[in-house]
Amino acid sequence: MKKEALKKWIAMGMAVSVLAGSLAGCGGGDGGEAEDSGTVTLTNVSYDPTREFYEAYNQLFAEHYQEETGKSIEITQSHGGSGSQARSVIEGNEADVVTLALAHDITLIEEAGLIESGWLDEFEGNSAPYTSTIVFLVRKGNEKKIADWDDLIKEGVSVITPDPKSSGGACWNFLAAWYYADQKFGGDEAAMKEFAASLYDNVLVMDSGARGATTTFVENGQGDVLIAWENEALLALKEYPDEFELVTPSISIKAEPSVAIVDENADKNGTQEAAKDYLSFLYTKEAQRLAGENFYRPSDEAVLSEFGGVFDLDVEMCTIDDFGGWDQAYADFFADDTIFDEIYNQ
Amino acid sequence: MTGKKQKSKRVLPGFGLTMGITVAMLSLLILIPLASILTYSFHLSFDEFIALITRPNVRQAFLTSTGCALAAAVINCVFGLNLAWILVRYEFPGRRLMDAMIELPFALPTSVAGITLSRMYSDQGVLGRFLQGLGIKASYSRLGIVIAMVFIGIPFVVRALQPVLEKLPENLEEASEMLGAGRIYTFRRVILPELLPALLTGFGLALARGIGEYGSVIYISGNSEKEGTQVVSYIIMQKLNSGSVDYEGAAAIALVLLLVSFLLLFLVSMVQIAAGRRTRGS
Repeated sequence: MKKEALKKWIAMGMAVSVLAGSLAGCGGGDGGEAEDSGTVTLTNVSYDPTREFYEAYNQLFAEHYQEETGKSIEITQSHGGSGSQARSVIEGNEADVVTLALAHDITLIEEAGLIESGWLDEFEGNSAPYTSTIVFLVRKGNEKKIADWDDLIKEGVSVITPDPKSSGGACWNFLAAWYYADQKFGGDEAAMKEFAASLYDNVLVMDSGARGATTTFVENGQGDVLIAWENEALLALKEYPDEFELVTPSISIKAEPSVAIVDENADKNGTQEAAKDYLSFLYTKEAQRLAGENFYRPSDEAVLSEFGGVFDLDVEMCTIDDFGGWDQAYADFFADDTIFDEIYNQ
Repeated sequence: MTGKKQKSKRVLPGFGLTMGITVAMLSLLILIPLASILTYSFHLSFDEFIALITRPNVRQAFLTSTGCALAAAVINCVFGLNLAWILVRYEFPGRRLMDAMIELPFALPTSVAGITLSRMYSDQGVLGRFLQGLGIKASYSRLGIVIAMVFIGIPFVVRALQPVLEKLPENLEEASEMLGAGRIYTFRRVILPELLPALLTGFGLALARGIGEYGSVIYISGNSEKEGTQVVSYIIMQKLNSGSVDYEGAAAIALVLLLVSFLLLFLVSMVQIAAGRRTRGS
C-alpha cells in the first residue's frame, strides 16, 4: 500500500515537473553571450530569394567589421516565406535584425512590441536599401508577343501567378495590374474590374506562393507568362538563359523590401550597435553593387545607373502608398468579399 | 474485499508511473494545443463563425477534402491489400527491398513529394503526357489531389494489414477449397472477414491523413476556387499567410475540420466493431 502510494506521488511529481519545466522553458531564452567572448553573433531573419545576396554580403560586412572594431562577427541566416518568417520572430525566434519582403511584415513584428515605432525612418528610403518590381517572364521567342499588361488578357494567353489570398507577394502582382488599368481607363472602376477579371480568367494555375508558381512555370512547363518579382525572374533567367526572356511592362509597382533592428532581442543580446552597423552598411557603394549583382535594384541612384543593362530603368512605378498603404490596400482588395473575390468569382 | 487486495491483482508493475507520464505527454502534446484551437475559434461570435464556415469556398473545400480523402482511402485499401498480400505470401527477388520502400512516403518531405508528383503528372510530365493523350488532366485537378493522397496514405494500409496476414494460416484457404469453395468465395467469406478490422484501421488512418494533408497536395492541386481544387488546409493557410493574419478564422475552420475527421473516424470504428463481432460469431 505504501509503495503504491509512493509511486503515485512520484508519477504526479513527474507530470507536474514536466509541465513546470516546459513553462519555464518558454520564459528564459539564451543569447546574451555576445560581447564578452570577442565574437559577436548576429541573427538575420530574412526571406527566400535573398539567400545568395546575404551570403555574399555577410562576408563583406564581416571583413569591414573586423577592420573597424577589431572584433569578429558571426552572422546566422534564416530564410523562408516572408510572412511566416515574421510570425516566427513574433513567436520567439531570436532575430537581431529582420530583412523581409514587405514593410507590412515588419509592422506585424512592431505591433507585437518587439520593434520600436519609427523603424521605417531609421534608415534611408523607408529603410529599404534595395527595391524590386513586378515583371513578366516569358518563354524564349515570346511567341505570344507579350509586351505589356494588355497582352495578358488576350484570348489564348495563359498566365501563372500565385493566389493573392494566400501569398502577400501575389497581392503586388494584382496591384500592379490594377494600377495599369487605372491609368489606361482613367479611373473608370467598372472597366478596371473587367480588365482584372479577364486577366485572372487567363490564369491557368494559381499556386499558394511565389515559389510554387515558379516551379509550375519553369519546371512543369505550364503557361505562357509568369508574373514575378524582377529579382526572381532575373535569377531564373540566369539559371536557364536559353529558355526564358524577361519583359518589363510599361507600368509596374515598386516594392521596398525593408530592414529593421528587432530592438527587444538586440537589447537583450547586446547587439544593438552591431545590428545598426550591419544594416547601415547595406547603403555603402560596395553593398549596393552587391545587391545589383543579385538582381535587386540598388537604392543608390549612381549605383543603379551602373546596372542600366540589367534593369529597365524607364518603367513607370507606383508604390503601395498610391493605394493608401498596405493595410488599406489589403482591406480594399483582398479581404473576404472585396474586389479580388468579386472579380475572380464573376 | 478491500482496496488493497484489488490493487495487488494487477500483474504489470508501474501503472501509476506510466499513467502519469501518459497523462502529462497527452496534455502537453495533444490536449493543450487542441484546447487552444478551441479557445481561439471562440473569439468569433456564433454568427461570425457560421458565416465563415458556410462561405461557398469553405464549403467547397470541405467537400473536396473529404471527397478526395475518401476516394484515396478506398484506392489505398485495394492497392494496399494487394501490396501486403504479395509481400507476405510470396517469395520473390527484391521482396525485402520492396518491403523497406513502403515507408518512403513517410520519410520524404511532403512538399518534395508534391512538387515531384505535380511535375510527373502535368501535361508536360512523363506520366501526365500519357494521360493527356487519353484526355485526362491529372496535375491541377481533383485527380491530382487524390494521387497525392494515395501516395501519402498507402503505408498506413500496408502496415496495418501485414501483421494480420502473417498470422492468417494458409491452411484456412486450403480447408475452404477442400470444402468446395471457389477462389472468389474463399476470398470473400474466409479471408476478407479476417482482414476487415485491420483493413478498416488502415482505411481510417489513410483517411485522416488525407483530410488534413497540406504539403504534398497544394503543389499538385492548382488551388483553384473555380475548379473546386482548394483543400481545407489550404483555406486555413490562406487565413494565416495573407496580409491580415486571421488566427480566429483559421482556428474556426480547423475546429470544424477536426470535428469532421472525428466523425468519420468514429464511423469507421463503429463499422470495425460491428465487423469484429461478426467474425467472432457472437
